[in-house]
Amino acid sequence: MKNLVIRLGIGAVALTLAAAATAASAETLRWARSGDSLTLDPHAQNEGPTHTLAHQIYEPLLHRDMAGQITPGLATGWKALADNPNVWRFTLRKGVKFHDGADFTADDAVYSFNRAMMPTSAMKELLTSVKEVRKVDDHTIDMETNGPNPLLINNLTNLFMMDAGWTEANGASAPQDVAAGETTFAAQNTNGTGAFMLESRVPDQKTVLKANPNYWGKGTFPLAVSEIIYTPIQSAATRVAALLSGEVDFIQDVPVQDLGRVGSQSGLKVVTAAQNRVIFFGMNSGKADLETDNVSGKNPFADVRVRRAMNIAINRDAIKKVVMRDQSSPTNVIMPPFVNGWTSELDAIPAHDVAAAKALMAEAGYGDGFSVTLNCPNDRYINDEAICQAAVGMLGQIGIKVNLDAKPKAQHFPMITNKTTEFYMLGWGVPTFDSHYIFNFLVHATTENRGSWNNTGYDNADVNAKVVALESETDLDRRNAIIGEIWAQVQEDQLYLPIHNQVLNWGMKDGINFDVQPEDQPHFKYLTMN
Amino acid sequence: MTSPPVRPSEKPAGAPESAPTSVSASISASISASRLQRALASDFVYDFTRAPIAIIAGLVVLFLFLVAILAPLVAPTNPFDPASLNLMNGFTPPMQANMFTGESFVMGTDDQGRDLLSAIIYGLRVSLFVGVMSVLLAMGLGVSLGLIAGYVGGWLDNLIMRIADIQLTFPSILIAMLIFGVLRGIIPPDLRDEMAIFVLITAIGLSEWVPFARTVRATTLVEKEKEYVQAARLIGLGRHQIMWRHILPNVLGPVLVIATITLALAIIAEATLSFLGVGAPATEPSLGTLIRIGQDFLFSGEWWILTFPAITLLALALSVNLLGDWLKDTLNPRLK
Repeated sequence: MKNLVIRLGIGAVALTLAAAATAASAETLRWARSGDSLTLDPHAQNEGPTHTLAHQIYEPLLHRDMAGQITPGLATGWKALADNPNVWRFTLRKGVKFHDGADFTADDAVYSFNRAMMPTSAMKELLTSVKEVRKVDDHTIDMETNGPNPLLINNLTNLFMMDAGWTEANGASAPQDVAAGETTFAAQNTNGTGAFMLESRVPDQKTVLKANPNYWGKGTFPLAVSEIIYTPIQSAATRVAALLSGEVDFIQDVPVQDLGRVGSQSGLKVVTAAQNRVIFFGMNSGKADLETDNVSGKNPFADVRVRRAMNIAINRDAIKKVVMRDQSSPTNVIMPPFVNGWTSELDAIPAHDVAAAKALMAEAGYGDGFSVTLNCPNDRYINDEAICQAAVGMLGQIGIKVNLDAKPKAQHFPMITNKTTEFYMLGWGVPTFDSHYIFNFLVHATTENRGSWNNTGYDNADVNAKVVALESETDLDRRNAIIGEIWAQVQEDQLYLPIHNQVLNWGMKDGINFDVQPEDQPHFKYLTMN
Repeated sequence: MTSPPVRPSEKPAGAPESAPTSVSASISASISASRLQRALASDFVYDFTRAPIAIIAGLVVLFLFLVAILAPLVAPTNPFDPASLNLMNGFTPPMQANMFTGESFVMGTDDQGRDLLSAIIYGLRVSLFVGVMSVLLAMGLGVSLGLIAGYVGGWLDNLIMRIADIQLTFPSILIAMLIFGVLRGIIPPDLRDEMAIFVLITAIGLSEWVPFARTVRATTLVEKEKEYVQAARLIGLGRHQIMWRHILPNVLGPVLVIATITLALAIIAEATLSFLGVGAPATEPSLGTLIRIGQDFLFSGEWWILTFPAITLLALALSVNLLGDWLKDTLNPRLK
């Protein structure tokens, strides 16, 4: 009798332990990366980590799955109308509810697209070709473009749907103006249709998401995670220590120096893939005079010879070998290989040649060099600050004394969009997988709805016209030819100093099955656990 | 049985002077020589030569100060000159050849290919400069305020000492961070890098003045009742003259002790601020900045980037502290 009681007791304890173990590990996912989402307003920032968090809570009509393929989201089908190629018709998913219980209808979709085209929206460049979005019936909308736009759907993967009623009722009809330092209700609260609902959030500290019990995708997606705890950890060593000690389950950016350490620890694994993101430096060549330089009356960046000298002074191989520990692919064009328009000729890096660079500097009249300030983020890209430091040394060798000013991305990015920085680091992912996205944000001159990230001061009327022409060019051969012409001009004018394309390294517990998404956008509804 | 060593001041009267004096006892023997001799024969030096820990600590501090002052002469390279760096030398282990360039470095290199030995020597310079300057600032401020509070008294004494009390309730590193943040906000962005060191000095200096003020005030309260002060008052000397010419020299003993201990604290405070990323800029690294950089590479096995700067900081702070401790014991009459 006594034995039986003991056995029962042991059994009960074992059962409780097992239950506790599954409850703790199979449902809660503790996720860390170096930086936080900049805002919860889905149209206020066009930035990777911001979209990543938004993708858990909000949904676009269509999105890229974990393999990077376009997949139906809130639209079940789309096609260009046979009788009018300027119109795309979207069939919306039925029976979808927002987190507060409201139905998702065509009115919400039209409202969301119109919101995303407002002046304060960071997403407006993606919709520059759109003339009007119309409701056809409760679950159908038409999107009319200024000319036939065969690639329109590629632009919609990060355009999230909001509830018209909720947004209006809370006074958030216009996207938050981040550059002006504005805060709105929608920047701190959410009401999406996504698989996860916002439970609590302290920016830069902790965000907790809970599974949406009424999610339309039940049965379609694994939905193995019931709770997500998202913690930004800027320090590389602390982030890795958190993964090694089991404090977090998944980190999105394993520091390159710690890949071996994480991979060799039992119970942990590193999953690797090339990322759709290029890292480069931009410099303002359009200003008459720079504020941060020591040359008065003229702008050294305005001389293309200076820009070319800088380009060949940068030793991309050294950055790859030492700073990135081979976890990057050096490039000479601000376009990742995934993108339509990419060629290996554009990608091939120039020879690192300090003597030739010095000669170019002397030819341009800057034989004695000059000084300038470089603005750099320190929590956004892989080893961003270390790359900037390396560039400081390399540019120093041709006489350019660079003062490095490294800041968190929340302060860095507004300097680019406000055009207050004169020399800066930027990384660019291409969610549309097409060159036009790069041109429209980074090459076209800054106008009302284009060129918002073009801080180079570059304004070439011929290039501008070609960028606009791309939007309605239906002949794909002709279109690709124009893309080639624009790239030739961009390279000729040495608009930017490309460095490399990033390689993604996600670190996670062995029990997690998760492919690396080429845009670095984990969608946790796809995650499964053993 | 050997007789106990005889302190110089306890020498029996009439004992013969030591040999060197009689040798050089010529008319030309300068006053300074005899002064030096008197100094060498003092209790202070006598105690020092009998304290092996103080000797070792003193030698370490002396060595580190010399190295820091002579940095451009003794450092193999100048790590502040980005143009001299070769990134390919990055992460070279100590005493081993780099796998790309074949160069080797005594203490290895950091992530940017900087020679770590040179970086430490120059970093030491920044750390010591910030430490010494902020102690001088704290001392100047603390001694003046303490003297005024103690001698003048009344509401001024209350005001100064209550501010000191309030400041004491916060850890000094927090005060330093607060002052650092405010100063950085005031300074225009393009001057921040150049001003970073001075901002650090001000922040640390302003956060460490309280112990000076309290000690000086307490000593002043005692001193101002003594006969020589009353005599000075009787002959009609002004307040300022009495405070600065008569009382000040008599309160400086404890100040010297506090200054030494505060120097160790200031060096650590600077390292802490730089470690947190708000101190010396990465392009002009102090020991704390070097430790911050090295911390990222601990897991991956590049231990030297953190270890050597940390050992240097430890040796410096420990030696200064031991020296301060010894000074405290020596100058405190109650411990004799």
